[in-house]
Amino acid sequence: MILSLSIEFLVASGIGVLTAAGVYLTLRTRTFPVVLGIAMLSYAINVFLFAMGRLTVNRPPIYGKDVAEYTDPLPQALVLTAIVISFGMTAFVVVLALRAYLESGSDHVDDGPDEPPPREDGLALPREDRE
Amino acid sequence: MSDIVLVPVLLPAVIAALCLFRGVRLSHWARLLSGGSTLLILASAIALFVSARDGTVSTYELGDWPAPFGIVMVLDRLSALMVLLSSVLGVVVLAHAVLTGLDRRGVHFHPLFQFQLLGINGSFLTGDLFNLFVFFEVLLIASYGLMLHGQGKRRLHAGVKYVIVNLVGSTLFLVAVGLLYGVTGTLNMADMALRVAEAPAGDQALIRVGAQLLIAVFALKAALLPLHLWLPQTYGSTSPAVAALFAILTKAGVYPIIRVTVLIFGAEAGAASFAPAGWMLPAAMLTILAGYLGVLAAGNLRRLAAFGVIGSTGTLLLAVALFTPEGIAAALYYMPHSVLAGGLVFLVTDLVRRGRGEDEDHLRASRPFAGIGQVSALFMLAAIALAGLPPLSGFIGKVLILAASAGAPLAPWIWGAVLGGSFFAILGLARAGSTLFWKVEGEPGAPPLRRRRAETAPAWGLLALVAALALFAGPVTDYAAATSAQLFERTSYIEAVLGAGEERGAGYR
Repeated sequence: MILSLSIEFLVASGIGVLTAAGVYLTLRTRTFPVVLGIAMLSYAINVFLFAMGRLTVNRPPIYGKDVAEYTDPLPQALVLTAIVISFGMTAFVVVLALRAYLESGSDHVDDGPDEPPPREDGLALPREDRE
Repeated sequence: MSDIVLVPVLLPAVIAALCLFRGVRLSHWARLLSGGSTLLILASAIALFVSARDGTVSTYELGDWPAPFGIVMVLDRLSALMVLLSSVLGVVVLAHAVLTGLDRRGVHFHPLFQFQLLGINGSFLTGDLFNLFVFFEVLLIASYGLMLHGQGKRRLHAGVKYVIVNLVGSTLFLVAVGLLYGVTGTLNMADMALRVAEAPAGDQALIRVGAQLLIAVFALKAALLPLHLWLPQTYGSTSPAVAALFAILTKAGVYPIIRVTVLIFGAEAGAASFAPAGWMLPAAMLTILAGYLGVLAAGNLRRLAAFGVIGSTGTLLLAVALFTPEGIAAALYYMPHSVLAGGLVFLVTDLVRRGRGEDEDHLRASRPFAGIGQVSALFMLAAIALAGLPPLSGFIGKVLILAASAGAPLAPWIWGAVLGGSFFAILGLARAGSTLFWKVEGEPGAPPLRRRRAETAPAWGLLALVAALALFAGPVTDYAAATSAQLFERTSYIEAVLGAGEERGAGYR
């Protein structure tokens, strides 16, 4: 009982800490911490998904005729899918962030290069004034 | 018949892989393969639409695994309609991209386009919540690539934000799916609908949390206020033809809101019953106003079109948020209109940009350009469609939505939001049109790009579809009403997926 309680406490607080760190980092203004934050969030979610199959110890993850108690294998498959997807997405966002930084010289998430400023206020001016 | 369900999903996957080959991707083969595949998808979508029209729900069990254990593709009236819409828009946008040479501005346009169709069609057809997540990821990663197609500084910066927002959204999606799986022990939507209805009182709060999270994620894709802030910059900085295809992406967020809420969190779901209805209605009203005020404030045509899509999707979500059979029926009439009109405005934006050269689509005076008469006529008709003025289908859609909301407690507010939003849209579009097409002076500039005569054809095609939607409003509203009735009845969907009641009990419980 004490063992299972401590597992639940560890997993729950682990998810909580990872999520908190992820949310904090995602809210930063530069791309590198944001990418790290998203990675943290996806770790938290992977553990969370895994825990959704209930936390059990020493049980086979497969059902058989002579197996009385087993652990749910489906969340493990889901976590695998989620890991693969988040891995690919993280790789993509890293490359994209690097490329955006190299092209524009700014790694800020919130203020990119703005629209090319309109030459006047959008209304007509005589042609010679605009050239 | 049921095997055809896989065509809109499998065909683009195969063609996309073929288009990736080095010798293929920049040759005419890529265009031929991609075009042929898109046309075949349209043909299969029409076949599916015809087969679902009489109300039969057909399913396809992947790998022949029985329903609650394996992944199942489900075709009913709603998914048939959505697949048809995405295929039609796909054909038109691909034609536009090929005619304007957009597909030659990078090597991977055709594979990305096919993967995009794969993701969109898959998310409309799947009957499994986790599979929906996977198709959403396919759809999103293809949209990242398409959005960046052609590149440029602004596009890259907007791309970073778009990707980050959607990665956070995917994370929340997984939390919601995990939570619902943890409580109900299933991912199959039909099965989950049954289990949510039977859930003990202690689990209902968790189910409600899962429902709210899930709908919030879909609302992010649908750009519902306050989750709409990513959209203007994304759609406003990508190439307009790609943004025209993205007009269906916001609806890929609206579709699961309808599907999941009505099927799983319907009237029998206890505490989670129609959980999002409370906040979605006011949020949709504010979305309409924010979107159409943005139309009025936009400095260039692409941003204007992006805000128009927000307002239009807001109107759609307003009808959905009523969660009554009449409201959903009105929404399902407005849905095709919203997709086609959104796509049309972006295609016209591209035509304007190509004509004006260095002035691009900024709302300021410019020189006249060759073919300005035809483009201005297209713009006026597209603006009529987007703003929802008679005689095009937006007007009929809005009338249906107003009629459906007449009995709602918030009816005066709803009418005020819809009509006020339309007013701002008309103002914004009229201002944009008069600046673009009337404040022209001087000699026509040299045409900066090689333009073909036929490049306006896809836009005219979309316009013809919008006109047909108004002309055949009777049959379309009948179909929408039948679709809505089928959604609210639920048993035909559940029985098609899981089998009839008794077999089900014997099968796996």
